[in-house]
Amino acid sequence: MNERNSIIGKIDWVTVLIYLALVLIGWFSIFSAKYNELHPSIFDFSMEYGKQLIWIGIALLMGFIILLIDAKFFNAFSLWIYFFFLASLFVVLVYGKATNGATSWIEFGPVKFQPSEFAKMATALALAGYLSRLDVDLQKRNNQIIAALLVLAPMALVLLQNDTGSAIVFVSFIFVLYREGFPGTGLVMVGGVVAILLFVLTLVWSQKVMYIILGSLFALALTYYLVTKKKGLFKMLGIFAFMFVFVFSVDYAFNKVLQEHQRNRVLVLLGQVDDPQGVGYNVHQSKIAIGSGGFTGKGFLQGTQTKYDFVPEQHTDFIFCTVGEEGGFLGTAVVVLLYVALLVRIILLAERQRSTFSRVYGYAIAGILFVHVAINIGMTIGLVPVIGIPLPFLSYGGSSMLAFTMMLAIFVKQDANRLNIL
Amino acid sequence: MRTGNNNLTNRKLLVMGIFIAIGVIYLIRLFSLQVLDKHYKQLADNNALRFVTQYPARGKVYDRNGKLLVFNEAVYDLMVTPRQVNEAIKKDTLNPFDTLTFCHLLEIDKASFIERMNKAKNESYFKPSPFMTQVSKENYAHIAEMLYRFPGFFFQTRTVRHYPNAIAAHTLGDIGEISKNELDKDEENYYRQGDYIGKSGIEKSYEKELRGVKGLKVMMVDVHNREMGSFMDGELDKEPVAGKDLYLGLDAELQAYGEQLMVGKIGSIVAVEPSTGQILAFVTSPTYDPNLLVGRERGTHYNELKNDPMKPLINRAISGTYPPGSTFKTVVGLIAMQSGSITPATCFHCSGPGSMPIKCTHSHGSSPDFANAIMNSCNPYFYESFKTTINNPKFGNIKNGYDYWKDMTYKMGLGRKFNTDIPYERAGNIPSREYYDKMYGGQWNSVTIRSLGIGQGEVLVTPLQLCNIAALIANEGYYYPPHLIKCFGDTTALPEVMTTKVDPGIDKKYVRTMKQGLRTVFSGPAGTARRYELKDIPQCGKTGTAQNPHGNYHSNFIAFAPYDNPKIALAVIIENGGYGATWAAPIASLMIEKYIRGYTVREDLEKRIMEGRISYKNER
Repeated sequence: MNERNSIIGKIDWVTVLIYLALVLIGWFSIFSAKYNELHPSIFDFSMEYGKQLIWIGIALLMGFIILLIDAKFFNAFSLWIYFFFLASLFVVLVYGKATNGATSWIEFGPVKFQPSEFAKMATALALAGYLSRLDVDLQKRNNQIIAALLVLAPMALVLLQNDTGSAIVFVSFIFVLYREGFPGTGLVMVGGVVAILLFVLTLVWSQKVMYIILGSLFALALTYYLVTKKKGLFKMLGIFAFMFVFVFSVDYAFNKVLQEHQRNRVLVLLGQVDDPQGVGYNVHQSKIAIGSGGFTGKGFLQGTQTKYDFVPEQHTDFIFCTVGEEGGFLGTAVVVLLYVALLVRIILLAERQRSTFSRVYGYAIAGILFVHVAINIGMTIGLVPVIGIPLPFLSYGGSSMLAFTMMLAIFVKQDANRLNIL
Repeated sequence: MRTGNNNLTNRKLLVMGIFIAIGVIYLIRLFSLQVLDKHYKQLADNNALRFVTQYPARGKVYDRNGKLLVFNEAVYDLMVTPRQVNEAIKKDTLNPFDTLTFCHLLEIDKASFIERMNKAKNESYFKPSPFMTQVSKENYAHIAEMLYRFPGFFFQTRTVRHYPNAIAAHTLGDIGEISKNELDKDEENYYRQGDYIGKSGIEKSYEKELRGVKGLKVMMVDVHNREMGSFMDGELDKEPVAGKDLYLGLDAELQAYGEQLMVGKIGSIVAVEPSTGQILAFVTSPTYDPNLLVGRERGTHYNELKNDPMKPLINRAISGTYPPGSTFKTVVGLIAMQSGSITPATCFHCSGPGSMPIKCTHSHGSSPDFANAIMNSCNPYFYESFKTTINNPKFGNIKNGYDYWKDMTYKMGLGRKFNTDIPYERAGNIPSREYYDKMYGGQWNSVTIRSLGIGQGEVLVTPLQLCNIAALIANEGYYYPPHLIKCFGDTTALPEVMTTKVDPGIDKKYVRTMKQGLRTVFSGPAGTARRYELKDIPQCGKTGTAQNPHGNYHSNFIAFAPYDNPKIALAVIIENGGYGATWAAPIASLMIEKYIRGYTVREDLEKRIMEGRISYKNER
């Protein structure tokens, strides 16, 4: 009994309050985005805002239950939880229901359930459980392979569901692997930035120009190495060879690997296609909605852009538009700062953990939240191609609300329990 | 990782650095977007926006010779934006919204007003929905004049279909308001409630090409419902893209002629151009005037047609499945020859009405060869042909033999759909071996299923499929899947399925033998259609007189002409018309004459057919 009372004192209230603030902002934004004068009550359960309230309630209850569960449970059962959701991803592939081209839902009567939302949390648990084992050392090849497989297996399954957005989120595990010293992850992070840069520039400037630029850079580097006779000539050659091959294959990859709608989204973002009525429509409308908010916004329920259905998916993936239109820069800045604060707080909490399990888990979920937030907000303000993933705690949807809440609650529980670990 | 932990701890700085950097970049971007950039703030608070959908002109439809079959007429939809009406009703302005006057103007009562408003509110409170669709031109002028008094309402122009020739109702199909079900299926999110969509015929199969792409005009309107100009200099506007025109393979004159011939009979005529698979005539009877299903009376007329006991809404050319009767002997004969089970010289014994297990209904020599058998439509000959095919020792056993036979019919286009551009096509029926296994507990042989040999029993075909058999023989061994379209108004290519030759793999020499045989049906001394022989147009054909559970025999006929280089192939089925030679053969022959000559010379025959009526019980 004593322990139960003390959990209230031990949990990190900063994290919890930021969470509650975001959930509340989300709920009011959904109300505003889907407001219907015939159903003016925010508690109207036939409308999205009423339904979301039910989901928030369920999520809070789930979060509370997690706080009461023994903290060791999640470490002990991490692999079981992982395999359960891996199996459910299989089930979706076979029996799933397609929405917007992706097969990611299972239906249980009236309730639709999206396992990929939970698979991220399960992967974070599994990775934390695995890396915290005393016999695991990320400098060993075998351990590296298993750690990578833990992330890649669910990622591949989600990709097979044609849910590219959710699959991209698994890239976020690079942060935790980097923190835990997985060799090469730093390079991959930097290499990733270079690859994105090369990809974008190739599409913007064409392959020919890129060959010329790379060629001149290569000539410079080669002269430098030959003159100074420094070591690492072969490494340099390798890097350039890789970059040439990469540029060479960009066109092919772009035209053959990406699907048409994905290609269009990239081209619009790069300004290659100026088509505000066609494929650029969503982003264009979203920017107008946010931009028309001004500094202080139009006021609660006063947004016009979102309500006229200019912005599609305004209550799910584009909920940030409502925040921007009705809350203005004040509103969007508050939301962005809340997210940054939450992420930094999670990292700081993760670093003060005594157990590797808690630290790894903390980094993993910070990474997941970061990728979701960065992609989702980035897409609404035209900095990232349109990728359909929800904004954590704000977007309409039961699976994501429940999954993100549970994900965070497990971490809060681990943190509250940190002093019990010797 | 437990070693060098301090080293790794510093890595939190890079991670947090990335998080914070992205946060800062986004804040800068948001500040520039929301505060610095005035571009997005042109929205004047007092002005309401009106979103006027710009409906593109739906594509026109022409026949193969460029004759107009379908075009558009302007109608006016009265649209309402519920929020603007509610605000006007609430506000105490000098110019209050007068519901009563409004109802008078539209000639509706208050209950109807409330019902329509609620329907619009359910669709969207903020966006315009149709309040009253297809207001006539006269009413439009009258109402539009007064509309300034009623904020929230405006007219939207849209077009409806008009059919100048009033023919080919089923082929052309119709458009109607999109249903809830169709809206749910619309994954692109193109349609809104109240939009029109192709419901049947080519309007359905070419919906995407015909409809074009909707445009949008965003207008600012003041509280008096006056348009104040384009919002954001038209940046949100979108020009509509007109739909593509279609040219059908249909010959409007031939179609009209076919419909005249079919008056008073139930059944169907399908004619195709063998060299392309284009459908020249697609007649189903009874038919109706396509203009009935246009405009505000659509619902009433539709229900009348739906409740008509003769079922005029059914397109019998594709939805009617009939026993082919003796016309099917062409199929049986071709497969028998191809499988090497018979040769053109093969003779089978026929004892006329005393033949077992199938009696013969025609009188001819007792041991006909193939040519005689096809001319006289000898039942025992084709039963024996069927039997020797499926019993052919090269298949091992009868079930394999039957599989081969069924597979060949499938390749010839039977028992399946063509899936070109004809909606609601039916597959007909060629029973599977499993079906017979189940029916006869695995114990069956050629005698059990003997009826197949003469096109009776379980076998069912649509007139379209039967016509395709005629085209196959006309082409001496191949066909193009029959389709309605000839080409698009622009250079868009036709789908591959329509331009790909299908070759079932029957040797040309066998098809030629069959072709010669079908010629004698007209030209031979005992040919079953010899009465309809024309001196200058060598016709080929095969009669069918099919038993059926609905009463008198169905009168069937397949034909093509001229013998060399056929221009037209067709199938005619007249329900309960009796012998194939009584109705179907003369109708086919007249159609051939009309198409090839352009006019007909057999006035008496034409008169007999056009005025002929078959009496039906009201049960179909």
